[in-house]
Amino acid sequence: MKELVKKQNWQAYQKEIADDYYYFARSCIRQNVFPAAEEVFLKILSQELGKDIYDDARQTTCTGIAYHSGIIPFETTMTVVAHQFALMNEAGYENFVCSCVTSFGIYSEVLESWKFFPETLQQTRKALKRSTGKEFAIPKNIVHASDVIFKFREQIAARAKFRLINTASGEPLKVVDHIGCHYAKIFPEKGIGGAEYPYVLAGLIDEWGGEQLDYPERRHCCGFGFRQYLLKSNRGYSVANSKKKFDSMRPYKPDLIIANCPGCAFFLDRWQYTIAEMEGTTYGENGYGIPVLTYEELAGLLLGYDPWDMGMQLHQVTVEPVLNKIGIQYNPEEKYKGLNNLDLGKPVMPGKIKCL
Amino acid sequence: MLTMHKDDILVEQLKEDFRIKEGLRACINCGTCTAICPAAGVSDYDPRIVVDTVQEFNENSLTELLKSDTIWMCGECLSCKTRCPRENVPGYVIQALRSLSVKTGLFMESEQGRKQFALKRTIGDHILKYGYCVYIDEVNTNLFPEQGPIWDWFHKNRKEVLERLGGSYEKEQSGALRKIPQESLQNLQKIFDETGATGRFEQIENLAKSNAEKEGIHFDSTNSCAYFKKMYEE
Repeated sequence: MKELVKKQNWQAYQKEIADDYYYFARSCIRQNVFPAAEEVFLKILSQELGKDIYDDARQTTCTGIAYHSGIIPFETTMTVVAHQFALMNEAGYENFVCSCVTSFGIYSEVLESWKFFPETLQQTRKALKRSTGKEFAIPKNIVHASDVIFKFREQIAARAKFRLINTASGEPLKVVDHIGCHYAKIFPEKGIGGAEYPYVLAGLIDEWGGEQLDYPERRHCCGFGFRQYLLKSNRGYSVANSKKKFDSMRPYKPDLIIANCPGCAFFLDRWQYTIAEMEGTTYGENGYGIPVLTYEELAGLLLGYDPWDMGMQLHQVTVEPVLNKIGIQYNPEEKYKGLNNLDLGKPVMPGKIKCL
Repeated sequence: MLTMHKDDILVEQLKEDFRIKEGLRACINCGTCTAICPAAGVSDYDPRIVVDTVQEFNENSLTELLKSDTIWMCGECLSCKTRCPRENVPGYVIQALRSLSVKTGLFMESEQGRKQFALKRTIGDHILKYGYCVYIDEVNTNLFPEQGPIWDWFHKNRKEVLERLGGSYEKEQSGALRKIPQESLQNLQKIFDETGATGRFEQIENLAKSNAEKEGIHFDSTNSCAYFKKMYEE
Protein backbone atom coordinates (compact mmCIF):
# COMPACT_ATOMS: atom_id res chain seq x y z
CA MET A 1 0.00 0.00 0.00
CA LYS A 2 2.83 2.34 0.94
CA GLU A 3 4.52 1.65 -2.41
CA LEU A 4 1.25 2.26 -4.26
CA VAL A 5 0.75 5.62 -2.57
CA LYS A 6 4.36 6.51 -3.31
CA LYS A 7 3.86 5.59 -6.96
CA GLN A 8 0.64 7.61 -7.18
CA ASN A 9 2.28 10.62 -5.55
CA TRP A 10 5.24 10.39 -7.90
CA GLN A 11 2.89 10.47 -10.91
CA ALA A 12 2.14 14.09 -10.04
CA TYR A 13 5.79 14.91 -10.64
CA GLN A 14 5.99 13.39 -14.13
CA LYS A 15 5.54 15.18 -17.44
CA GLU A 16 4.78 14.23 -20.99
CA ILE A 17 7.85 14.05 -23.20
CA ALA A 18 7.28 13.34 -26.89
CA ASP A 19 8.85 10.17 -28.22
CA ASP A 20 10.03 11.44 -31.62
CA TYR A 21 9.82 14.20 -34.29
CA TYR A 22 11.32 17.19 -32.53
CA TYR A 23 11.94 20.79 -33.59
CA PHE A 24 15.17 21.89 -31.90
CA ALA A 25 15.71 25.44 -30.58
CA ARG A 26 19.28 26.48 -29.78
CA SER A 27 20.48 28.44 -26.78
CA CYS A 28 22.12 31.88 -26.94
CA ILE A 29 24.68 30.98 -24.27
CA ARG A 30 25.23 27.26 -24.88
CA GLN A 31 26.26 27.63 -28.53
CA ASN A 32 28.84 30.25 -27.59
CA VAL A 33 30.35 28.81 -24.44
CA PHE A 34 29.92 25.06 -25.02
CA PRO A 35 29.56 25.13 -28.81
CA ALA A 36 29.75 21.37 -29.36
CA ALA A 37 27.22 20.43 -26.65
CA GLU A 38 24.20 20.96 -28.92
CA GLU A 39 25.89 19.01 -31.73
CA VAL A 40 26.40 16.13 -29.26
CA PHE A 41 22.71 16.28 -28.32
CA LEU A 42 21.67 16.15 -31.99
CA LYS A 43 24.10 13.28 -32.64
CA ILE A 44 22.77 11.25 -29.72
CA LEU A 45 19.17 11.78 -30.79
CA SER A 46 19.65 11.10 -34.48
CA GLN A 47 22.50 8.60 -34.61
CA GLU A 48 22.28 6.71 -31.31
CA LEU A 49 18.51 6.74 -30.82
CA GLY A 50 17.33 7.05 -34.42
CA LYS A 51 15.03 10.01 -33.74
CA ASP A 52 13.92 12.71 -36.15
CA ILE A 53 15.09 16.10 -34.86
CA TYR A 54 15.15 19.22 -37.02
CA ASP A 55 17.80 21.94 -36.62
CA ASP A 56 16.34 24.96 -38.41
CA ALA A 57 18.75 27.61 -39.76
CA ARG A 58 15.93 30.20 -39.52
CA GLN A 59 15.35 29.91 -35.76
CA THR A 60 16.40 32.73 -33.41
CA THR A 61 16.69 33.64 -29.75
CA CYS A 62 13.52 33.57 -27.63
CA THR A 63 14.68 36.97 -26.21
CA GLY A 64 14.45 35.64 -22.64
CA ILE A 65 17.71 37.23 -21.48
CA ALA A 66 16.62 40.63 -22.82
CA TYR A 67 13.20 40.29 -21.23
CA HIS A 68 14.53 39.28 -17.82
CA SER A 69 17.04 42.15 -18.03
CA GLY A 70 14.16 44.61 -18.45
CA ILE A 71 15.05 46.02 -21.87
CA ILE A 72 12.14 44.66 -23.94
CA PRO A 73 8.41 44.33 -23.21
CA PHE A 74 6.80 40.93 -22.67
CA GLU A 75 4.68 41.58 -25.76
CA THR A 76 7.87 41.41 -27.83
CA THR A 77 8.92 38.14 -26.21
CA MET A 78 5.48 36.60 -26.77
CA THR A 79 5.58 37.53 -30.44
CA VAL A 80 9.13 36.23 -30.97
CA VAL A 81 8.05 32.98 -29.31
CA ALA A 82 5.06 32.89 -31.68
CA HIS A 83 7.49 33.39 -34.58
CA GLN A 84 9.51 30.39 -33.40
CA PHE A 85 6.29 28.33 -33.33
CA ALA A 86 5.42 29.52 -36.83
CA LEU A 87 8.82 28.34 -38.08
CA MET A 88 8.21 24.97 -36.41
CA ASN A 89 4.77 24.73 -38.07
CA GLU A 90 6.26 25.55 -41.48
CA ALA A 91 8.87 22.81 -41.00
CA GLY A 92 6.09 20.32 -40.27
CA TYR A 93 6.85 19.57 -36.61
CA GLU A 94 4.66 19.67 -33.46
CA ASN A 95 7.11 18.86 -30.64
CA PHE A 96 9.34 21.72 -29.51
CA VAL A 97 12.65 21.02 -27.71
CA CYS A 98 14.71 23.90 -26.38
CA SER A 99 18.33 23.82 -25.34
CA CYS A 100 18.12 26.53 -22.69
CA VAL A 101 16.48 26.58 -19.26
CA THR A 102 15.76 30.31 -19.52
CA SER A 103 14.02 29.60 -22.83
CA PHE A 104 12.11 26.68 -21.30
CA GLY A 105 10.88 29.07 -18.60
CA ILE A 106 9.98 31.67 -21.24
CA TYR A 107 8.04 29.22 -23.42
CA SER A 108 6.20 27.90 -20.36
CA GLU A 109 5.50 31.43 -19.13
CA VAL A 110 4.17 32.55 -22.51
CA LEU A 111 1.85 29.53 -22.73
CA GLU A 112 0.55 30.19 -19.22
CA SER A 113 -0.04 33.84 -20.05
CA TRP A 114 -1.97 32.90 -23.17
CA LYS A 115 -4.01 30.41 -21.14
CA PHE A 116 -4.95 32.69 -18.25
CA PHE A 117 -5.07 35.96 -20.22
CA PRO A 118 -6.54 34.84 -23.58
CA GLU A 119 -6.54 38.40 -24.85
CA THR A 120 -2.71 38.25 -24.88
CA LEU A 121 -2.87 35.27 -27.25
CA GLN A 122 -5.12 37.18 -29.60
CA GLN A 123 -2.89 40.26 -29.40
CA THR A 124 0.15 38.10 -30.14
CA ARG A 125 -1.50 36.47 -33.16
CA LYS A 126 -2.36 39.90 -34.54
CA ALA A 127 1.12 41.30 -33.83
CA LEU A 128 2.84 38.37 -35.57
CA LYS A 129 0.53 38.58 -38.56
CA ARG A 130 0.94 42.33 -38.93
CA SER A 131 4.71 42.25 -38.57
CA THR A 132 5.68 39.09 -40.49
CA GLY A 133 2.53 37.84 -42.21
CA LYS A 134 2.85 34.57 -40.29
CA GLU A 135 0.33 32.53 -38.32
CA PHE A 136 1.09 29.83 -35.80
CA ALA A 137 -0.23 26.84 -33.91
CA ILE A 138 0.86 26.08 -30.35
CA PRO A 139 3.15 23.01 -30.14
CA LYS A 140 1.68 19.76 -28.86
CA ASN A 141 4.66 19.22 -26.59
CA ILE A 142 7.32 21.60 -25.22
CA VAL A 143 10.25 20.20 -23.26
CA HIS A 144 13.81 21.03 -22.35
CA ALA A 145 16.54 19.04 -24.12
CA SER A 146 17.55 17.39 -20.83
CA ASP A 147 14.00 16.00 -20.53
CA VAL A 148 14.62 14.06 -23.74
CA ILE A 149 17.96 12.73 -22.46
CA PHE A 150 16.14 11.74 -19.24
CA LYS A 151 13.44 9.94 -21.22
CA PHE A 152 16.03 7.88 -23.06
CA ARG A 153 18.52 7.51 -20.19
CA GLU A 154 18.17 3.71 -20.10
CA GLN A 155 18.78 3.38 -23.84
CA ILE A 156 21.82 5.64 -23.51
CA ALA A 157 23.09 3.54 -20.59
CA ALA A 158 22.68 0.40 -22.69
CA ARG A 159 24.90 1.86 -25.41
CA ALA A 160 27.43 3.52 -23.06
CA LYS A 161 31.07 2.43 -22.93
CA PHE A 162 31.63 3.93 -19.48
CA ARG A 163 29.74 4.44 -16.24
CA LEU A 164 29.97 7.00 -13.47
CA ILE A 165 32.24 4.73 -11.50
CA ASN A 166 35.70 5.47 -10.21
CA THR A 167 37.66 2.73 -11.99
CA ALA A 168 40.43 2.85 -9.37
CA SER A 169 38.20 2.35 -6.33
CA GLY A 170 35.11 0.79 -7.88
CA GLU A 171 33.01 3.36 -6.02
CA PRO A 172 30.29 5.50 -7.66
CA LEU A 173 31.39 9.03 -8.50
CA LYS A 174 29.88 11.70 -6.28
CA VAL A 175 27.94 14.00 -8.57
CA VAL A 176 26.38 17.40 -7.87
CA ASP A 177 23.34 18.18 -10.02
CA HIS A 178 22.38 21.79 -10.69
CA ILE A 179 18.93 22.16 -12.24
CA GLY A 180 18.68 25.90 -12.91
CA CYS A 181 15.95 28.05 -11.37
CA HIS A 182 13.76 28.45 -14.45
CA TYR A 183 13.47 24.70 -15.07
CA ALA A 184 10.99 24.02 -12.26
CA LYS A 185 10.84 26.90 -9.78
CA ILE A 186 8.48 28.97 -11.95
CA PHE A 187 6.21 26.12 -13.01
CA PRO A 188 6.97 23.08 -10.82
CA GLU A 189 4.47 20.91 -12.71
CA LYS A 190 6.48 21.37 -15.91
CA GLY A 191 9.70 19.89 -14.52
CA ILE A 192 10.42 16.22 -13.85
CA GLY A 193 10.18 15.88 -10.08
CA GLY A 194 8.82 19.42 -9.68
CA ALA A 195 10.57 22.07 -7.63
CA GLU A 196 10.82 19.90 -4.50
CA TYR A 197 12.33 16.73 -5.97
CA PRO A 198 13.82 17.69 -9.33
CA TYR A 199 14.90 14.44 -10.92
CA VAL A 200 15.84 15.37 -14.47
CA LEU A 201 19.59 15.21 -13.78
CA ALA A 202 19.47 13.07 -10.63
CA GLY A 203 17.79 10.40 -12.75
CA LEU A 204 20.77 10.42 -15.12
CA ILE A 205 23.18 10.07 -12.18
CA ASP A 206 21.18 7.14 -10.77
CA GLU A 207 20.85 5.39 -14.13
CA TRP A 208 24.44 5.90 -15.21
CA GLY A 209 26.03 4.55 -12.01
CA GLY A 210 26.89 7.63 -9.99
CA GLU A 211 25.86 8.79 -6.54
CA GLN A 212 23.75 11.93 -6.07
CA LEU A 213 25.44 14.39 -3.77
CA ASP A 214 23.13 16.29 -1.45
CA TYR A 215 24.37 19.47 0.20
CA PRO A 216 22.72 22.42 1.96
CA GLU A 217 22.70 24.87 -0.96
CA ARG A 218 21.79 22.28 -3.61
CA ARG A 219 18.78 24.27 -4.84
CA HIS A 220 20.32 27.74 -4.58
CA CYS A 221 20.60 29.87 -7.71
CA CYS A 222 23.95 29.93 -9.57
CA GLY A 223 23.71 33.72 -9.48
CA PHE A 224 23.14 34.64 -13.14
CA GLY A 225 20.68 37.37 -12.23
CA PHE A 226 20.51 38.49 -15.90
CA ARG A 227 21.29 42.22 -15.60
CA GLN A 228 23.34 41.44 -12.49
CA TYR A 229 25.86 39.34 -14.45
CA LEU A 230 25.57 41.14 -17.76
CA LEU A 231 26.78 44.43 -16.28
CA LYS A 232 30.41 44.32 -15.20
CA SER A 233 29.62 46.64 -12.29
CA ASN A 234 27.03 44.21 -10.88
CA ARG A 235 28.87 40.93 -11.28
CA GLY A 236 29.62 40.53 -7.56
CA TYR A 237 26.03 39.29 -7.20
CA SER A 238 26.77 36.41 -9.53
CA VAL A 239 30.10 35.24 -8.15
CA ALA A 240 28.88 35.56 -4.55
CA ASN A 241 25.95 33.22 -5.17
CA SER A 242 28.09 30.63 -6.96
CA LYS A 243 30.64 30.83 -4.15
CA LYS A 244 27.86 30.14 -1.65
CA LYS A 245 27.19 26.90 -3.50
CA PHE A 246 30.86 25.88 -3.84
CA ASP A 247 31.52 26.50 -0.14
CA SER A 248 28.45 24.43 0.71
CA MET A 249 29.31 21.46 -1.53
CA ARG A 250 33.06 21.36 -0.82
CA PRO A 251 32.93 19.29 2.42
CA TYR A 252 31.17 16.50 0.48
CA LYS A 253 34.06 16.23 -1.99
CA PRO A 254 32.20 16.12 -5.33
CA ASP A 255 33.93 14.48 -8.28
CA LEU A 256 31.79 16.28 -10.80
CA ILE A 257 29.08 18.92 -11.27
CA ILE A 258 26.48 18.47 -14.00
CA ALA A 259 24.27 21.37 -15.00
CA ASN A 260 20.96 21.66 -16.80
CA CYS A 261 21.10 25.28 -17.86
CA PRO A 262 23.82 26.62 -20.16
CA GLY A 263 24.21 29.76 -18.06
CA CYS A 264 24.56 27.78 -14.84
CA ALA A 265 27.16 25.46 -16.42
CA PHE A 266 29.10 28.50 -17.56
CA PHE A 267 29.01 30.24 -14.17
CA LEU A 268 29.87 27.15 -12.16
CA ASP A 269 32.88 26.66 -14.46
CA ARG A 270 34.15 30.22 -14.81
CA TRP A 271 33.52 31.44 -11.27
CA GLN A 272 35.76 28.66 -9.95
CA TYR A 273 38.57 30.17 -12.02
CA THR A 274 37.64 33.68 -10.83
CA ILE A 275 37.46 32.74 -7.15
CA ALA A 276 40.88 31.11 -7.46
CA GLU A 277 42.27 34.28 -9.01
CA MET A 278 40.57 36.49 -6.41
CA GLU A 279 41.40 34.64 -3.23
CA GLY A 280 43.40 31.52 -4.13
CA THR A 281 40.60 29.10 -3.22
CA THR A 282 40.18 25.96 -5.34
CA TYR A 283 37.40 23.43 -4.83
CA GLY A 284 38.65 20.26 -6.52
CA GLU A 285 41.46 17.88 -5.60
CA ASN A 286 45.15 18.80 -5.76
CA GLY A 287 44.62 22.41 -6.80
CA TYR A 288 42.21 21.63 -9.65
CA GLY A 289 38.62 22.81 -9.80
CA ILE A 290 35.54 20.58 -9.73
CA PRO A 291 34.87 19.66 -13.39
CA VAL A 292 31.55 21.01 -14.69
CA LEU A 293 29.75 19.23 -17.51
CA THR A 294 26.51 19.78 -19.32
CA TYR A 295 24.15 16.78 -19.48
CA GLU A 296 24.82 16.24 -23.21
CA GLU A 297 28.57 16.36 -22.67
CA LEU A 298 28.28 13.76 -19.91
CA ALA A 299 26.14 11.51 -22.11
CA GLY A 300 28.61 11.90 -24.98
CA LEU A 301 31.59 11.04 -22.78
CA LEU A 302 29.90 7.91 -21.42
CA LEU A 303 29.01 6.90 -24.99
CA GLY A 304 32.72 7.06 -25.80
CA TYR A 305 32.91 10.22 -27.92
CA ASP A 306 36.31 11.89 -28.07
CA PRO A 307 36.45 14.62 -25.37
CA TRP A 308 38.28 17.10 -27.58
CA ASP A 309 35.86 16.64 -30.49
CA MET A 310 33.12 17.50 -27.97
CA GLY A 311 34.77 20.77 -26.95
CA MET A 312 35.82 19.72 -23.45
CA GLN A 313 38.97 21.82 -23.93
CA LEU A 314 36.80 24.96 -23.85
CA HIS A 315 35.97 24.52 -20.17
CA GLN A 316 38.16 26.75 -18.01
CA VAL A 317 38.09 24.14 -15.23
CA THR A 318 40.17 21.22 -16.47
CA VAL A 319 38.07 18.09 -17.01
CA GLU A 320 40.90 15.51 -17.04
CA PRO A 321 40.53 14.56 -13.34
CA VAL A 322 37.02 13.18 -13.96
CA LEU A 323 38.00 11.59 -17.30
CA ASN A 324 40.79 9.76 -15.49
CA LYS A 325 38.46 8.54 -12.74
CA ILE A 326 35.94 7.19 -15.26
CA GLY A 327 38.74 5.62 -17.30
CA ILE A 328 38.11 7.57 -20.49
CA GLN A 329 41.06 7.42 -22.87
CA TYR A 330 42.20 10.65 -24.52
CA ASN A 331 45.25 12.04 -26.26
CA PRO A 332 46.56 15.13 -24.42
CA GLU A 333 48.46 16.19 -27.55
CA GLU A 334 45.21 16.60 -29.48
CA LYS A 335 43.48 18.78 -26.90
CA TYR A 336 44.22 22.17 -28.42
CA LYS A 337 44.45 21.13 -32.07
CA GLY A 338 42.17 22.13 -34.91
CA LEU A 339 40.75 19.90 -37.60
CA ASN A 340 43.31 17.48 -39.10
CA ASN A 341 45.69 18.15 -36.21
CA LEU A 342 46.11 21.82 -37.11
CA ASP A 343 48.41 23.50 -34.58
CA LEU A 344 46.54 26.34 -32.82
CA GLY A 345 49.03 26.99 -30.04
CA LYS A 346 47.96 26.65 -26.43
CA PRO A 347 46.01 28.89 -24.06
CA VAL A 348 47.78 30.69 -21.23
CA MET A 349 47.46 28.64 -18.05
CA PRO A 350 45.86 30.43 -15.07
CA GLY A 351 48.10 31.07 -12.08
CA LYS A 352 45.93 30.00 -9.15
CA ILE A 353 43.83 27.05 -10.33
CA LYS A 354 45.60 24.04 -11.80
CA CYS A 355 44.79 23.51 -15.48
CA LEU A 356 46.14 21.28 -18.21
CA MET B 1 -10.19 72.59 -11.88
CA LEU B 2 -7.25 70.53 -13.09
CA THR B 3 -8.20 66.91 -13.72
CA MET B 4 -5.66 64.17 -14.10
CA HIS B 5 -6.05 61.82 -17.06
CA LYS B 6 -6.17 58.11 -16.14
CA ASP B 7 -2.98 57.44 -18.11
CA ASP B 8 -1.14 60.00 -16.03
CA ILE B 9 -1.72 58.10 -12.84
CA LEU B 10 1.08 55.62 -12.28
CA VAL B 11 -0.98 53.41 -10.01
CA GLU B 12 -3.61 52.97 -12.71
CA GLN B 13 -1.00 52.24 -15.36
CA LEU B 14 0.62 49.64 -13.11
CA LYS B 15 -2.70 47.93 -12.43
CA GLU B 16 -3.25 47.48 -16.16
CA ASP B 17 -0.12 45.33 -16.50
CA PHE B 18 -1.23 41.70 -16.40
CA ARG B 19 1.99 40.90 -14.59
CA ILE B 20 0.51 42.73 -11.59
CA LYS B 21 -2.76 40.85 -11.94
CA GLU B 22 -1.02 37.50 -11.75
CA GLY B 23 1.88 38.47 -9.51
CA LEU B 24 0.10 40.39 -6.76
CA ARG B 25 -2.77 38.96 -4.77
CA ALA B 26 -2.57 39.82 -1.07
CA CYS B 27 0.83 39.89 0.55
CA ILE B 28 0.74 38.87 4.20
CA ASN B 29 4.24 40.18 4.85
CA CYS B 30 5.56 36.80 5.99
CA GLY B 31 8.97 37.46 4.42
CA THR B 32 9.36 34.01 2.84
CA CYS B 33 10.33 35.64 -0.47
CA THR B 34 13.09 37.59 1.23
CA ALA B 35 14.37 34.49 3.00
CA ILE B 36 14.73 32.60 -0.28
CA CYS B 37 15.93 35.54 -2.41
CA PRO B 38 19.53 35.35 -3.76
CA ALA B 39 19.58 39.15 -4.20
CA ALA B 40 18.58 39.69 -0.57
CA GLY B 41 21.51 37.48 0.44
CA VAL B 42 24.08 39.74 -1.17
CA SER B 43 22.53 43.23 -0.91
CA ASP B 44 19.95 45.20 1.04
CA TYR B 45 17.25 44.26 -1.45
CA ASP B 46 14.02 43.10 0.21
CA PRO B 47 11.21 41.77 -2.04
CA ARG B 48 8.76 41.73 0.87
CA ILE B 49 9.05 45.51 1.22
CA VAL B 50 8.71 46.00 -2.54
CA VAL B 51 5.48 43.99 -2.69
CA ASP B 52 4.12 45.61 0.45
CA THR B 53 4.81 49.05 -0.99
CA VAL B 54 3.12 48.20 -4.28
CA GLN B 55 0.01 46.78 -2.64
CA GLU B 56 -0.57 50.15 -0.95
CA PHE B 57 -1.23 51.53 -4.46
CA ASN B 58 -0.09 54.94 -3.26
CA GLU B 59 1.00 57.30 -6.03
CA ASN B 60 3.83 58.88 -4.07
CA SER B 61 5.41 55.70 -2.76
CA LEU B 62 5.06 54.05 -6.19
CA THR B 63 6.77 57.03 -7.83
CA GLU B 64 9.65 56.76 -5.39
CA LEU B 65 9.94 53.04 -6.10
CA LEU B 66 10.05 53.61 -9.86
CA LYS B 67 12.83 56.16 -9.38
CA SER B 68 14.86 53.90 -7.10
CA ASP B 69 17.71 51.42 -7.53
CA THR B 70 15.62 48.88 -5.64
CA ILE B 71 13.59 47.61 -8.60
CA TRP B 72 16.78 46.83 -10.54
CA MET B 73 18.36 44.62 -7.86
CA CYS B 74 16.21 41.51 -8.39
CA GLY B 75 17.94 38.72 -10.34
CA GLU B 76 14.71 37.31 -11.83
CA CYS B 77 15.50 33.78 -10.62
CA LEU B 78 11.83 33.60 -9.59
CA SER B 79 12.59 31.43 -6.56
CA CYS B 80 9.95 33.60 -4.86
CA LYS B 81 7.24 32.17 -7.12
CA THR B 82 7.77 28.67 -5.78
CA ARG B 83 7.69 29.63 -2.14
CA CYS B 84 5.08 32.36 -1.57
CA PRO B 85 2.26 30.84 0.52
CA ARG B 86 -0.23 33.27 -1.05
CA GLU B 87 0.88 32.75 -4.66
CA ASN B 88 2.29 36.22 -5.07
CA VAL B 89 5.22 36.56 -7.44
CA PRO B 90 7.52 39.40 -6.42
CA GLY B 91 9.61 38.71 -9.55
CA TYR B 92 6.58 39.45 -11.76
CA VAL B 93 5.81 42.60 -9.75
CA ILE B 94 9.39 43.69 -10.42
CA GLN B 95 8.93 43.08 -14.15
CA ALA B 96 5.87 45.34 -14.18
CA LEU B 97 7.67 48.02 -12.16
CA ARG B 98 10.70 47.96 -14.46
CA SER B 99 8.49 48.19 -17.52
CA LEU B 100 6.63 51.20 -16.14
CA SER B 101 9.85 52.84 -14.98
CA VAL B 102 11.30 52.70 -18.51
CA LYS B 103 8.01 53.74 -20.12
CA THR B 104 7.74 56.83 -17.94
CA GLY B 105 11.44 57.69 -18.07
CA LEU B 106 11.72 57.42 -14.28
CA PHE B 107 14.46 54.80 -14.67
CA MET B 108 16.85 57.64 -15.43
CA GLU B 109 16.48 58.85 -11.84
CA SER B 110 18.46 55.90 -10.45
CA GLU B 111 22.04 54.76 -11.00
CA GLN B 112 20.94 51.18 -11.71
CA GLY B 113 18.13 52.30 -13.99
CA ARG B 114 20.51 54.35 -16.13
CA LYS B 115 22.51 51.17 -16.70
CA GLN B 116 19.70 49.83 -18.91
CA PHE B 117 21.52 51.70 -21.66
CA ALA B 118 24.50 49.31 -21.47
CA LEU B 119 22.17 46.31 -21.59
CA LYS B 120 20.37 47.70 -24.64
CA ARG B 121 23.71 48.34 -26.36
CA THR B 122 24.83 44.73 -25.77
CA ILE B 123 22.03 42.17 -25.41
CA GLY B 124 19.43 44.25 -27.25
CA ASP B 125 21.58 45.19 -30.22
CA HIS B 126 23.03 41.67 -30.48
CA ILE B 127 19.56 40.20 -30.99
CA LEU B 128 18.91 42.41 -33.99
CA LYS B 129 22.42 41.97 -35.41
CA TYR B 130 23.03 38.26 -34.84
CA GLY B 131 19.63 36.77 -33.98
CA TYR B 132 20.80 35.78 -30.48
CA CYS B 133 21.37 37.65 -27.21
CA VAL B 134 25.04 36.69 -27.12
CA TYR B 135 27.49 36.21 -30.00
CA ILE B 136 31.10 35.12 -29.88
CA ASP B 137 32.46 38.04 -31.91
CA GLU B 138 31.26 40.51 -29.26
CA VAL B 139 32.50 38.63 -26.18
CA ASN B 140 36.06 39.34 -25.05
CA THR B 141 37.94 39.17 -21.76
CA ASN B 142 38.05 42.95 -21.51
CA LEU B 143 34.26 43.01 -21.14
CA PHE B 144 34.13 39.58 -19.45
CA PRO B 145 37.45 38.91 -17.67
CA GLU B 146 36.02 35.85 -15.89
CA GLN B 147 35.88 34.09 -19.26
CA GLY B 148 39.52 33.35 -18.54
CA PRO B 149 42.48 32.57 -20.78
CA ILE B 150 40.67 29.65 -22.38
CA TRP B 151 38.28 32.16 -23.94
CA ASP B 152 41.17 34.21 -25.33
CA TRP B 153 42.49 31.08 -27.03
CA PHE B 154 39.05 30.09 -28.32
CA HIS B 155 38.19 33.59 -29.46
CA LYS B 156 41.48 33.94 -31.35
CA ASN B 157 41.07 30.53 -33.02
CA ARG B 158 37.28 30.41 -33.21
CA LYS B 159 37.06 29.66 -36.91
CA GLU B 160 39.39 26.66 -36.69
CA VAL B 161 38.08 25.38 -33.33
CA LEU B 162 34.47 25.55 -34.49
CA GLU B 163 35.41 23.74 -37.67
CA ARG B 164 36.65 20.84 -35.54
CA LEU B 165 33.61 20.93 -33.24
CA GLY B 166 31.07 20.89 -36.06
CA GLY B 167 29.93 24.50 -35.67
CA SER B 168 28.65 26.65 -38.51
CA TYR B 169 30.49 29.88 -37.74
CA GLU B 170 30.07 32.44 -40.56
CA LYS B 171 28.18 29.88 -42.64
CA GLU B 172 24.65 30.22 -43.95
CA GLN B 173 23.44 26.81 -42.80
CA SER B 174 22.00 25.28 -39.65
CA GLY B 175 24.29 24.81 -36.66
CA ALA B 176 25.97 26.62 -33.78
CA LEU B 177 27.02 30.25 -34.29
CA ARG B 178 25.84 30.28 -37.90
CA LYS B 179 25.08 33.38 -39.91
CA ILE B 180 21.34 33.90 -39.39
CA PRO B 181 19.28 34.31 -42.59
CA GLN B 182 18.37 37.91 -43.39
CA GLU B 183 14.68 36.99 -43.42
CA SER B 184 14.86 35.96 -39.74
CA LEU B 185 16.71 39.14 -38.76
CA GLN B 186 14.20 41.26 -40.66
CA ASN B 187 11.32 39.47 -38.94
CA LEU B 188 12.89 40.13 -35.53
CA GLN B 189 13.22 43.82 -36.41
CA LYS B 190 9.60 43.99 -37.58
CA ILE B 191 8.40 42.25 -34.40
CA PHE B 192 10.43 44.69 -32.29
CA ASP B 193 8.90 47.62 -34.21
CA GLU B 194 5.37 46.23 -33.84
CA THR B 195 5.47 45.29 -30.16
CA GLY B 196 7.20 48.24 -28.55
CA ALA B 197 10.78 47.04 -28.16
CA THR B 198 12.11 49.46 -30.76
CA GLY B 199 10.30 52.31 -29.02
CA ARG B 200 11.78 51.24 -25.71
CA PHE B 201 15.26 51.11 -27.25
CA GLU B 202 14.81 54.63 -28.65
CA GLN B 203 13.64 55.86 -25.26
CA ILE B 204 16.73 54.37 -23.57
CA GLU B 205 19.11 55.76 -26.24
CA ASN B 206 17.59 59.26 -26.29
CA LEU B 207 17.54 59.69 -22.53
CA ALA B 208 21.08 58.29 -22.24
CA LYS B 209 22.32 60.79 -24.81
CA SER B 210 20.68 63.69 -22.97
CA ASN B 211 22.17 62.49 -19.71
CA ALA B 212 25.64 62.16 -21.24
CA GLU B 213 25.42 65.72 -22.57
CA LYS B 214 24.26 66.97 -19.20
CA GLU B 215 27.14 65.25 -17.44
CA GLY B 216 29.68 66.18 -20.13
CA ILE B 217 30.59 62.57 -20.94
CA HIS B 218 31.45 61.56 -24.51
CA PHE B 219 28.59 59.69 -26.16
CA ASP B 220 28.44 58.10 -29.61
CA SER B 221 27.00 55.07 -31.37
CA THR B 222 29.88 52.75 -30.47
CA ASN B 223 30.48 50.80 -27.29
CA SER B 224 33.93 52.32 -26.98
CA CYS B 225 32.44 55.67 -25.95
CA ALA B 226 33.03 56.87 -22.40
CA TYR B 227 29.34 56.87 -21.52
CA PHE B 228 28.91 53.18 -22.36
CA LYS B 229 32.00 52.32 -20.33
CA LYS B 230 30.67 54.26 -17.34
CA MET B 231 27.26 52.58 -17.48
CA TYR B 232 28.71 49.11 -18.03
CA GLU B 233 31.59 49.14 -15.57
CA GLU B 234 31.18 51.71 -12.80
